[in-house]
Order: sequence, then C-alpha cells, then structure tokens
Amino acid sequence: MVRVIVDGTPVDVPPGSSALQACEAAGKEIPRFCYHERLSVAGNCRMCLVEVARAPKPVASCGFPVADGMQIFTDTEMVRRARRAVMEFLLINHPLDCPICDQGGECDLQDQAYGYGSGISRYKEDKRAVTDKDLGPLVKTVMTRCIQCTRCVRFSTEVAGTPELGLVSRGENAEITTYVEKALTSELSGNLIDVCPVGALTAKPAAFHARSWEYKKTDSIDVMDALGTNIQVQARGGEVMRIVPRVNDEVNEEWLSDKGRFSIDGLKRKRLDRPWVRVHGKLSSVSWKDALIALARRFDGVPGDKIGAIAGDLCDAESLCAIKDLLQGMGSSNLDCRQDGAWYDTSSRSGYLFNSDISGIDQADALLLVGTMPRHEAPVLNARIRKRFVDAGRGGFPIGMIGTPTADMTYDVSVLGSGPDTLAELLDGQHAFAEVLKNAKKPMIILGHAALTRRDAPAIYAACRDLAHACGAITPQWQGLNILHTAASRVGALDLGFVPGPHGCDAASMLRGGVEILWLLGADEVQLDRIPPETFVVYLGHHGDAAAKRADIILPGAAYTEKAGTYVNTAGRVQRAFRAVFAPGEAREDWRIIRAFSEVVGHTLPYDTLEELRAHMAQINPVFACGNTAVPLLVGEQESGATPASVRDGTLMATPLRPVVQDYYQTNTISRASQTMAECSRVYGKAPAVAAE
Amino acid sequence: MSTVWTPAEQPDSFVFDAASEEEIAGVLSKYPQERKASAVMPLLYIAQRQMGRVTGSAWVPVVAMDVIAQRLDMAAMRVYEVASFYTMFNTRPIGRYHLQVCTTTPCWLRGSDDVVEACQKATGIQHFGGTSADGLFTMTEVECLGACANAPILQVDDDYYEDMNAERTQAVIAELRAGRRPEPGPTVNRSVSAPLGGRKTLLPSSTVEQE
Repeated sequence: MVRVIVDGTPVDVPPGSSALQACEAAGKEIPRFCYHERLSVAGNCRMCLVEVARAPKPVASCGFPVADGMQIFTDTEMVRRARRAVMEFLLINHPLDCPICDQGGECDLQDQAYGYGSGISRYKEDKRAVTDKDLGPLVKTVMTRCIQCTRCVRFSTEVAGTPELGLVSRGENAEITTYVEKALTSELSGNLIDVCPVGALTAKPAAFHARSWEYKKTDSIDVMDALGTNIQVQARGGEVMRIVPRVNDEVNEEWLSDKGRFSIDGLKRKRLDRPWVRVHGKLSSVSWKDALIALARRFDGVPGDKIGAIAGDLCDAESLCAIKDLLQGMGSSNLDCRQDGAWYDTSSRSGYLFNSDISGIDQADALLLVGTMPRHEAPVLNARIRKRFVDAGRGGFPIGMIGTPTADMTYDVSVLGSGPDTLAELLDGQHAFAEVLKNAKKPMIILGHAALTRRDAPAIYAACRDLAHACGAITPQWQGLNILHTAASRVGALDLGFVPGPHGCDAASMLRGGVEILWLLGADEVQLDRIPPETFVVYLGHHGDAAAKRADIILPGAAYTEKAGTYVNTAGRVQRAFRAVFAPGEAREDWRIIRAFSEVVGHTLPYDTLEELRAHMAQINPVFACGNTAVPLLVGEQESGATPASVRDGTLMATPLRPVVQDYYQTNTISRASQTMAECSRVYGKAPAVAAE
Repeated sequence: MSTVWTPAEQPDSFVFDAASEEEIAGVLSKYPQERKASAVMPLLYIAQRQMGRVTGSAWVPVVAMDVIAQRLDMAAMRVYEVASFYTMFNTRPIGRYHLQVCTTTPCWLRGSDDVVEACQKATGIQHFGGTSADGLFTMTEVECLGACANAPILQVDDDYYEDMNAERTQAVIAELRAGRRPEPGPTVNRSVSAPLGGRKTLLPSSTVEQE
C-alpha cells in the first residue's frame, strides 16, 4: 500500500492507483466527466484537476499515479480557479438548453456548473453546432451538447466490443460519430445513455417524457434474461417510465441489456386487465368471482393426475411455489418449468447452475462455450467474458466454441465444431483445444440451451462433465462447469422442484393431451398448436400473447414490475424484486390469484401473506431463506466427484447445434408487446437462422 | 460550423493494385505482426496516392478505409478517426492537382495573399476547399509547411514551390494545366534555402582575399 496525504488526511491506497482514487478513498469528491471507473482513463476533460505538492501546475488526478508520501490538495484556490477555467471552456460550446434537455436534473455538467460555473459568459462568438447522428432506435443524440469526454467511444470499444463510435476530425471540428451512418449494433447500447455525462446521448423512446426527480424508484430484478441484472424501476403515476441498472459487481457490474431497459413500453400494451372465460368458443370478460367459480367447476371431478401446469420464463418463485402446492394438493405431479423441453441434471443443485458465479469469469483462464451464444442469451454476461478476454491480453484467455456463432461474439473465438460430436474429440484429447483446457489453471465450460434442449442433452452434459473433470475444471477450489440459462424463472423453478414427479407428465406430453386441464403460468413459448382441442387451458399471465388466444380461462396476472417477487439467477443467486407499480385493471399478483382459487376449489393453501409464502419456500429449499445474497452451491451440497450414472444415457449426435435465440429483441411476451423492441428487431434483423438439421 | 461530411459519391469498391501492394509489403515488414495497426497511416497514404494515380483524384474513400481496417485487423472506426484527424488525408474527392497555400504568419507577411489570389484567378476557384470547374485544381489553405525561409510556399501535391509571387504562381499553374510539372524548389535565383543570388558566407578563401 502507498500512503498518500489528501488535504492533510493520510490514506493508504494500492500502488498504481490514481490520485483521483486516492482522493475518493479519503472521501473527497472530485468532479469528473471523462473518467469512469469501468473504462480506460482518457484524461481529456481536465475537470478533475488537483494540486499536488511540489508540482508546478494543477494535475489531472484521473491519470496521475500516486507515489508514497504524495500530498494532494483538492480544495485550494489554485484548484478552484483551474476547475472554474475548465468549466468555462466546457461551457463555451455547450448550448445550455437544460430546460429542454432530457438529462436535466441528472446531468453531471449541470451539477458541476453549479459548483464551478460562472454566472456570465465571456464568450461573444457564435457557439459551435454539430449535426445529430442517427444511432438507431434506442439512443437519441443531441451532439451539440457533447463535451467530447469520449466515454461512449470507450464504452462501445472496451465494454460492448462493438467499436462503432469514434471521435473524428480534430480541434473545433471534432465530433463523436459513427462516420458512416449506421445504427449501433450492440445489445448494450442503452448503457451509453448512462455513461454520457451530459445530454448528448439520451433514451430515444423516453424522450421528453419525464424528469428524473419525478420518478418513484423501486429496486427490482430484470427478467429479460437469466442473469438477474439488478435494476431500478423508475415510475411516475403508476406507469413505469424507465429502467436503469443498479451496481452489483457480482452480477451485472453496472450494465443492463437493451431488452431489459427498453422493453418497458411492452408493459403497457397487450395487457390482460380482466379475467376472461371462453363461452361457446368466444372469450368474454367476467368478474374475478365468476372466473374463479367457473374454473373451480371445471376442476370438479377431474382426477389430480389429469391436471398439469407449465411455467413460463418470467415467473417469480412465489407464484411457482403456489401453483406447485396447489397442484400437489390435488394429487398432481404434472409440473414442468422447462417449456423449451430442456434437460437438466437435477440430482444436485450444481447440475443446473452457473457454478463459478458470474464473477468467476474474471478468474477463468480458458473458456469453452457449448451450444450457447452469450451475446444474445445474456449480453451483460457476454460483456463480462469480453472484459476477461481484454484484461488477459493477447492469447491470455483462449475461447473455444462448439456451435455456430450467429453474430460477432465481441471477442476472438475459435469455432471447434458445429455439433456435439466435437466434445468426443475433446475428450479423446485429439483436438488441439483439449490441450488448451488441460493447461489452464481455471478452465471454464459454459453449457447453453442450444445443447440442453436437444434430444442428446444428457449425453452432452455427461461429456461436458467428463471433460470438466478431465481438464481440472471441477476441483474443491474451482467450479468451472456452468449452465447458462435463458429464462429468469428457470433456476428458481428448479430449486422449488417444479419438474414432473415420478409418474408426472413433462411439458411435451402435457401439451400432447396428457392432461385434461393444462394450467399455463405465463408459458407462451410452448408449442400451442400441439394442444388437442379437448384440453382445457387455463392461462395465468400478464400479456395477451399466443397462449391467451388458446386459453379457455384467462386469469390476469402481474408483470415483474408489478409484484414483489423472488428470482434466482443462473448462478443460483436468490434476489428479491419489489413492486414498483400496480398491475393494470383487475390484474392481481399471481400468487394471490392462486391462493384465492385454492380456497374456491377447496384445497386452501396454507399461507395468507407473502412472508408466510416465503417461509414456506424456505422450507422447500433453504436457498430461499438467503435473501439478496449470493447462494452458490454452498447450500445443500458439494460437487460430487463422478458423473451420476443416471445421466449417462444416449450418445452424442453430430447434428449442428442450433441457436436458441433467433431474434434477441423478441424473446418473451413483454418484448414482443414492445414497439421499441419491434423497431429494434426490424432495424437489426433476425439472427441468420442456421440451416435446418 | 462544418461537420463531417461524407460525400455522396463513394466508389463501391477499392482494391490495392500491384504497385500499392508492393509498397504495403514494405511498410508492413517494419512492424511486428501483432502491431500491424501501426501501419495505418502509411496505408492510408498509399491508398490516397493510388486513387490519385488511377482516378486522378487523390483521396481516400470510405471503402478504402474499410479495406485498410480489414487488412490491419482493426476496427474501421479507428481508421476513420485517423483519416479524419490528419488534414493530409483527403476524405472527399479533390482535383487532379492539389494546390496547398500556406497562409501562416511568415508566408502571409511575405505575400501569401497574392499567391491565393493568383490561384483563384488562374483556376477560377472561389474559396479555400473549392475545386475548379474543369476538375483539375483544388485549393486548400494549410498551416505552416515548415519552409518559412523560402516563404511564401505553394505546395502542389507533394512538391513545394517556394518564393512564390502572383506571377510565378500563375506560371506554375499554367505549366500544370499543360500537363507538365515544373521543377519543384525555389522559383527565384537561389539554391535551396541559401540567400538570393548565391552564397554569402563560407565562400572559398580566394574570394575573401580578393576583397
């Protein structure tokens, strides 16, 4: 540690820290525009000037390394004058259109102009104006406001891995642009809005809608992918206006995918806001009481094993638990949360988790992707892989892939093969990449749903597991065999045991007429056309999507922003979301609907409040008692040595792995209802489909 | 205020020809393979010269920058940044001859305004950055060319014409128009940057004795 004296206060900081970091460690606030702790240091805004003893001039603290015994002064007349001068220069060409700027109220420049800005301008010449750029449907530009901090350039180059923004020309003509007009192709482009310290880059869909101080802010969890990104839902007057990421270094650092940020307009469209019952082939709206009674009447006399439930991708663990308890109370074990037909090793929790945790990527030194396309399945996780790739330097983090990349991965990937038979080659050691994995200290394998939804999924999993053991990816210190989920509800459902019982039907056989009453809990991505006409379909969900059309009874539920829910992310992290707004119309929180129905149907569930339900969940699986903390494989079990025998059936097939996400912007009911996402889908197009088997 | 301008007329494709490829091979051999992005500026210049050779307009179209990016394994945006930063790279088509008049203080004191005026008169160009109607000449204003001893300077493509005045400027342009390139260097009676009319110092000892 290096001892630095900041304004007379000694602080110890790690060697190599910058003066700015030392000042922050001492609790001093240093104004800055270009410096961002997750981006490289540019040092071009000059706002972070401080005085250093025996230095002849003020120094830019963001790029100035500390030395032992260095004396830094953050609040001297010299510093104040220097910062005022910098601010004056920054404001020369800044339009000062704060009243019509969407950044107003949360603008770094505005805030700091209060501290260092002059009340008058000495600049008499014309201000410079810059043409606005069209960066696609998500990011709005007002380039005249740009102060050229280049945070956006660094973000898109370093974090997103899509170097499409740059600072072109020089001097007075310098401007941020894509040069050739094009829409940003990143799935993380919304974060540009967050990193921009001024109002140059703002959210296009939210332009002129609200002011930052009008929002009611609620902590929540993103459900658009299985990463469990920590978000803050910002609402005004019962309407979700904006979603921004919260900082959580263990999960999403401070990034959020575009789908999580911009599909909010989908929360207002195509909503189910009252119960519907199909009478003589036509849906008609009814009261809750009538709907529940009609449903209870339909349940009457149906044996338990003829009732089944399929859970969708956006469900909270509470509603999953309630529906499971209800059906089990009726004697049914026809439960399935795997609407995509995925296969998991459910013998232990580590069989379906991202075992190394998301932050484990930062330690891995070799990576094998099997049947996964992280860029489309979890863009923020992909950025983490890229971060590791960049940090490790040239060749420091070799990445192999089995499958076919459907887009630029944003890091170098060697495609080892298109089908799972490549795994056999890796196991034999024939393949060159086997050596890479073997030589790595902390090799990582990420197994995705392109592999797990195939018929030979058990064999692929077994092969991956064998490979992980062979290359030292599973040791007491390192858990390198990871499953990357695509559905936010999936791990929570698996933790609750939302899978068919010993004699239960799985999703496919339920759909094919295995049950008389099929309860779809937000399950819209099932093959609805397979459901025979005589099956009675109950749909509990929030959007009038495909499944609601087929349903015989529709119970309107709450979307993720409208209910307090528990979500378990792909790494097994139990996270709680809070209710930001109320569900529209008659719609209610899902678990309350199930609880109410249980009383009508005569199988009353033993909980009346959310707390009681959560206590019950904790009884089913102790991980749910853990609240917002990381629950890796710690609870329950340790990784066992050998691959369970039950897993070893089937053989690896040679057919190519097909990507599960065809169109990143249209994967669930909310994003399909969103006009913004539809526009993105139109602009960016679907990922090219890989030739059919 | 000017903004970056992408000309409407962009060629659809760009391929380095054999002569350029030979030069590129030489340039790339100077850099380690994994740092070949360092060669971006020479390659841009090679591309610009090839355009001059082939089309008579020495500029770098966007496709050429894309080709360079691909060749050097770097993001196209990084090439755009470099090309737009340096004024020596023309990102829009120019005339056959690029008249670059230095108007920085020493040249201006020595009459660069006359040179500018003569250029305008001889070519019909109205303002800096303009191209003559026949497409032969483009005149741009440049900052100090570093030849202040021989001010004012008119740079035509890569060649310096020094000690210019209005008359000699017109003469140079007339020669260029006729398809000939006058000998570059001082246009008055002097050798490189030596004084007018020959050397004044370090003369042979016999000359000194005679005085």
